[in-house]
Amino acid sequence: MALVSVKDLHKSFGELEVLKGIDLEVEAGEVVSIIGRSGSGKSTLLRCLNQLERHDWGTIVLADQRLDGAAMSPGELSQNVGMVFQSFNLFPHKTVVENVMLAPLVVKQTPRGEARRIAESVLAKVGMSEKVDAYPAQLSGGQQQRVAIARALAMNPKVLLCDEVTSALDPELVGEVLRVLEELAREGMTLILVTHEMKFARDVSDRVVFMHQGRIHESGDPQTLFTQPRTPELSQFIASVL
Amino acid sequence: MTLDFSTLLPYTDQILHGLMTTLWLTAVTTMAGIALAIVVAYLRDGASKGRPSLVSRLLGGYVEVIRNTPFIVQLFFLFFGLPALGIPISATVAALLAMTLNLGAYTAEILRAGIDSTQRGQHEAARALGLSRLQSFRHVVLVPAFSRVYPSLISQCIIVMLGSAVVSQISVFDLTYAANFIQSRNFRGFEVYLVVTLIYLLLAVGLRLAFEFVGRRLFAFRQGGSA
Repeated sequence: MALVSVKDLHKSFGELEVLKGIDLEVEAGEVVSIIGRSGSGKSTLLRCLNQLERHDWGTIVLADQRLDGAAMSPGELSQNVGMVFQSFNLFPHKTVVENVMLAPLVVKQTPRGEARRIAESVLAKVGMSEKVDAYPAQLSGGQQQRVAIARALAMNPKVLLCDEVTSALDPELVGEVLRVLEELAREGMTLILVTHEMKFARDVSDRVVFMHQGRIHESGDPQTLFTQPRTPELSQFIASVL
Repeated sequence: MTLDFSTLLPYTDQILHGLMTTLWLTAVTTMAGIALAIVVAYLRDGASKGRPSLVSRLLGGYVEVIRNTPFIVQLFFLFFGLPALGIPISATVAALLAMTLNLGAYTAEILRAGIDSTQRGQHEAARALGLSRLQSFRHVVLVPAFSRVYPSLISQCIIVMLGSAVVSQISVFDLTYAANFIQSRNFRGFEVYLVVTLIYLLLAVGLRLAFEFVGRRLFAFRQGGSA
């Protein structure tokens, strides 16, 4: 049984149909990269998976539980699906450790001491133990994104969604964020990433999904997909980004 | 004419009493007004995104009525109007109520500007972490919103402090009432109002400095730079 199971997912914004029937299964511990041109629906798919967007049709099942509609409260959902954003979205008025502790404290009602312990352990994992009391404005983009990853991990989610998490970073800061993700992948975290980092998609993912015009156009193991694309759209896409 | 401030000396107690009244009226209504504004801003927050609820409309009406009528009329309305409706109200309570409602309405609008300028990513991050709308407002939206509109908020609180002079009209013994009282006894209007003007000026400057001091601590996160 797959950890995440998406069936016939449709989503429109007004007249524009962005997702035209997506079927996707992700196993526990799998790392799946979603690639494709902008406007192909990759981010919308990711945002449907944690219900930042409500889909119009289809089902999303996570660990045998439907997460769409009113089936799962936002609090429950956040303990199943974590998300990291392109623009970090740290809370500027909270220190690093307060950012990470917030959701465990107010959503999970974790006691303060326990929340602090969890926060310190996830911050250690992303290599940010030195900066627990800094404010986001005092950190580099790469550091902020690592804190954002820690913040998502603090809720102990089953799946971590990453929406172009390195796109807003200076090139020299990309590596530190990707290394954290690689480490998570090695530890068996289930990752679904929308990414423009083709090298990362190829080297770290178990599977790559190529989206084109609101559909999954092609998917498979990264080596095959990148070296022997079956469709002209994917060949063109690979040629344009490599 | 010659200035003779010694004529004020017998009235030092009245001036101090008036000053104290102005101070505590301002302190209480600033806190109550800001608290009211937070509640109003939260309840109206949904209004910009879709159908305004009845509550939101009523609060919108309250804000508009206050912002489009003179403060002195609001004060008279409460002080003379409520007893006519069978609700007895003392001058002090009427003053507190009028000042709180006035500051609440203006601050709610100021705060709304701060809330509206919250980046969408902040709401999304809060939602992705499972925070409810109220939790998100309280823990994520509110403090940065205040920090963005803080200069306007300071000005508004000073306006209310200065505007409190009007409550002397319903015989609340504030600083202005003290001045009127003394002037009617010693007929030294120029000296009295000169002193009282200076006191108001010092109060306004002091209030601003106090607010700025608090702001620097409350919003320390805004000062970026290296850690």
